[in-house]
Amino acid sequence: MAAVINPTSLAEVVQVTRPLLLARDRMVPVLPALSGLMPDGGLPRGAMVGVGLGAGSGADAHAGATSVALALAAGPSAAGSWVAVVGRPDLGLAAAAEVGVDLDRLALVAEPAPEGWAAVVAALIGAVDVVLVAPHHPVRMADARRLAARARERGTVLIQVGAGGTGGRGRSTRAGGSAGLELDLRLTVVAAEWQGVGSGHGYLQARRLTVEAGGRRRAARPRRAELWVPDLQGRVTACDPGRNTAYAGSDIDRLVPPLQEVS
Amino acid sequence: MGGEFAPVRTLVVRCADWPVLVSGARPDEPVAVIRANRVVACSPAARRDGVHEGQRRREAQGRCPALVVIEPDEARDARVFEQVVQVVEAFAPRIEITRPGRCAVPTRGPSRYFGGDEVLAHRIAEQVYAVLAGKGWPGAATVGVADGPFAADLAAEFARQPVPARTPPKCEAKPTPDVAKASNFEGGGGVVVVPPGASEEFLAPFPLEVLGRGALADPVALVDVLGRLGLRTLADVAGLPAADVLARFGLEGRAAHRLARGLDERPPDTRLPPPMVRVEAVLEPPAERVDTAAFVAKSLADELHARLESLGLACTRVGILAETEHGESLERLWRHEGTLSPGAIADRVRWQLDGWLNGSAAHRPTSGISLLALIPDEVVGATGRQLGFWGGETARDDRAGRAFARVQGLLGPDAVTVPEPRGGRGPGEQIDRVPVHAVDLSESRWSSGPVHGRRDPAAPWPGRLPPPSPAIVHPQPMACDVVGPDGEMVRVSGRGLADTVPTGLRVAGGACVEVVAWAGPWPADERWWDPPTHRRRARLQVVTADGWARLLMVEGGRWWIEATYD
Repeated sequence: MAAVINPTSLAEVVQVTRPLLLARDRMVPVLPALSGLMPDGGLPRGAMVGVGLGAGSGADAHAGATSVALALAAGPSAAGSWVAVVGRPDLGLAAAAEVGVDLDRLALVAEPAPEGWAAVVAALIGAVDVVLVAPHHPVRMADARRLAARARERGTVLIQVGAGGTGGRGRSTRAGGSAGLELDLRLTVVAAEWQGVGSGHGYLQARRLTVEAGGRRRAARPRRAELWVPDLQGRVTACDPGRNTAYAGSDIDRLVPPLQEVS
Repeated sequence: MGGEFAPVRTLVVRCADWPVLVSGARPDEPVAVIRANRVVACSPAARRDGVHEGQRRREAQGRCPALVVIEPDEARDARVFEQVVQVVEAFAPRIEITRPGRCAVPTRGPSRYFGGDEVLAHRIAEQVYAVLAGKGWPGAATVGVADGPFAADLAAEFARQPVPARTPPKCEAKPTPDVAKASNFEGGGGVVVVPPGASEEFLAPFPLEVLGRGALADPVALVDVLGRLGLRTLADVAGLPAADVLARFGLEGRAAHRLARGLDERPPDTRLPPPMVRVEAVLEPPAERVDTAAFVAKSLADELHARLESLGLACTRVGILAETEHGESLERLWRHEGTLSPGAIADRVRWQLDGWLNGSAAHRPTSGISLLALIPDEVVGATGRQLGFWGGETARDDRAGRAFARVQGLLGPDAVTVPEPRGGRGPGEQIDRVPVHAVDLSESRWSSGPVHGRRDPAAPWPGRLPPPSPAIVHPQPMACDVVGPDGEMVRVSGRGLADTVPTGLRVAGGACVEVVAWAGPWPADERWWDPPTHRRRARLQVVTADGWARLLMVEGGRWWIEATYD
C-alpha cells in the first residue's frame, strides 16, 4: 500500500529518521524574557541550574533568587510539565502562581533528612520535568554525579535555589559549588530595584532585576539581562534598555489600582 | 407521548455498595472505600453511623471511629461482578455494564419469553440473590424495569430505598408471591416494575439531582441553574415546554428535559450510526493468561481510539468480543457516562478478560483466547469533552503520581503536598497545602467552585494585599523591631495609622538596617465576631537599604516579618 505523505507527517518522519539528536536540541520551553540568558535560547533537558548561589561574591546576596527560579520553572509548567519542589517550606505559592507556575501541576516535598535526600530527588527525576531543590546540607560528590547522570538521561531539569532572605539568621549564601551539584548554568541576581513604593505611599508593584548567567561548556560565555520580575501586569518581561521605570510612557494614575478599603 | 418513540424497555440490576461487598466485608461491619480522600462506597453499618458517599475521610472517621478504610480496586470489582452478569446473561443477551455493580439489559424479547417484565425481573432477582447470598450479602441487589435505562436505574434504586418525602404514587413495589418467596426480598426491597408508558409518572417526584446519572455533559451546573429557577423535581422540569427548554438551555437542557419526561436523552433519529469500525487481533498462540491478552487489548484500544478520532467520533459504548480456540464466543458491552478514552477501554477489556478467564469453572472458557475484537457500539461526535482524556496529559499525571507515591513511601504520607486554593488576606492564607493522596491529580483544583466549609477564594477579602505576592512566606514569622527616627518602636494606632515614619528595621537583635521605602500600614481586623479566633493586625511593606523588600506585620504591639519578597 502506497503511503500518502502529507506535510505534517513528513516533518515527523524527518524527526524520526534524523541520525543524531544533539543534547542541545532537547529543550524545555522557558519564558521568552529568560531565553536571552540561556546558552541556546532554551533550557536544555537534563541541565543542572543554580539560581542565586552567589558565584564568588557571596557577601552581598541580592533578593530575587526565588522569583527567578520560579520564573524559570514557569515556562515548562505552562507547557504542561510537572514541577516538584524539595525542601523550601517557606515558598510563597501565590507568588509562584503569579509568575506563571501552574499550581495544578506543582508538588511540594518536605525536606528529607540529609542521608535520604538524594534518593528522594532521584525518585522525582524522570517523573517530573523540573525539580527545584534547596539542600540544607552539602551534597556528596557521588550523589551529585549520580543525580546529574540520571537527570541527563531522563531529561529532567534540576534547579538549585540559593538561600532565601532569611534575614540574618538561618542559611547564609554559600559559595558556589560547595553544595556539590555540578551546575551547567548559573543565574545570579546582581541588582534589584523595587518600584511603586514611596515613603508611606503606594505599594510594591514592579521589580527590575539584573540577572547574570554563566556556567560551563556552552553556557560559559557570560550573559546579562534586565528583567521585570514582575512588571506592572505581574508578568516576567524583558526590560527595555531605555525605560528605567515601569511607568515610562504610561498614565500612572490609571495604572495604579486603588487600595481596597478595609471594612 | 405525542408521537415520540418510547425508549427501549430496560431492566437494570444494581448491586448496592458493590466495592464494599467485593472486599469481603460483612454488611454489619463499618467499612468504607475511599478514593482521593472521598468516600465512594460504604457498608450499611457505616451508613447507619452517618457515613455517606462524597464525605471526606476525616469526617467519615469522625462519625464512625471503628470505620475500616479500604482502597478502591476496580479490577477486582469488575472481576467479581462478572459472576452476577453471567447469571443475568442466562436470561437475556446483550448485557451492558455501566460500571461494576450495575448492568442493564433490554427486556423486550426475554420478557415475552418468560411471561412479562415482572416475572423476568423476579427470576433474575432470585438468581442474583443466590449469588450474593453466597457472599453474605443477600439483600444487596435490586432490580428495576422501566422504559429506558435512566428510569430503570432509578427504579432499581427506588426498590432499595424509597424516596423519603414524596413516594411515587402508583408505581410501588409489587411483590408477586407466585414467583419468588417474599422472604427473599427482605432487606433489599426487591423489584420495581414501572408499567410501559408510566416512566414519566414514576420519575415525577424524584429530585433534580438524579439527572446527574444521565449522560449529560455537565449535570452539576445545569441542576444548579434549574434549582435556582425554583424547579425542585423532575415533574417541574418535565412540565416546561420543550421548545423553550431547548431555546434557553440548548442540547444539554433538551437532554435533561427528555430524561425527565421518561424519554431517551436524544431523539433516536439524531443518533449517529456506529461506523463500521472493528479492530481485532488474532492471538497466536492463544492467550491463556489475562496479562498476555490485556497487552494486546491496550494496542487495540489505542487503534480503535485513533480510528474513531479520525472520523471525529468518540465511543460511549464499546463491545468486547473474545473467541476461543474451541469456537466459544464471549461478548460484553461496556458503557461509560462520558466518552471512553483508550486507557479506559483497555482497562475495561482487562477487567472483562479477568472476569472470564478467572471466573467460575462452569463459565470459564475451555481454552485460550484466540481472537479479541473491539466494536464501537454507540458513538457520539467528539467534542471538547475529550480534552481531559488525551493520553499525553494523563500519562504525565500518572507518572508524577507514581513518583509522589514512592516519595511518600520514603518520607511518610504527609511529606508530599499540593497547593489548593483558599481565601484569605495574608500571603500564606490564600493557598493551602494538602497531602497529595487527598486529591485527584488529573483534576484541576482551581476550576472547581466553592467548597462548603472552606474559605472561598472568590470572596472579596477586603484588606488583602495586591499582587505581587512575596516569594517567601516564613512558616514562623520572625520577630523584628521597626524603629522611627528617634529610635522608638513604631506603633500602629487603633485607627490603622502609624505614629511615626519607620526608618529602621532590626531583625532579632541584629544590626539596624535603614528603611528606604515603605507603604502601609494596612489594617486587617479578622473574625471580630468570634473572640477566640479574632485577630487584629496591620501589615507594612518596607524596602531596606540592603535591597530586601519585606512584608511586616504588627499584632499586639509586636512586629514580625511575615514574608519576604525574594
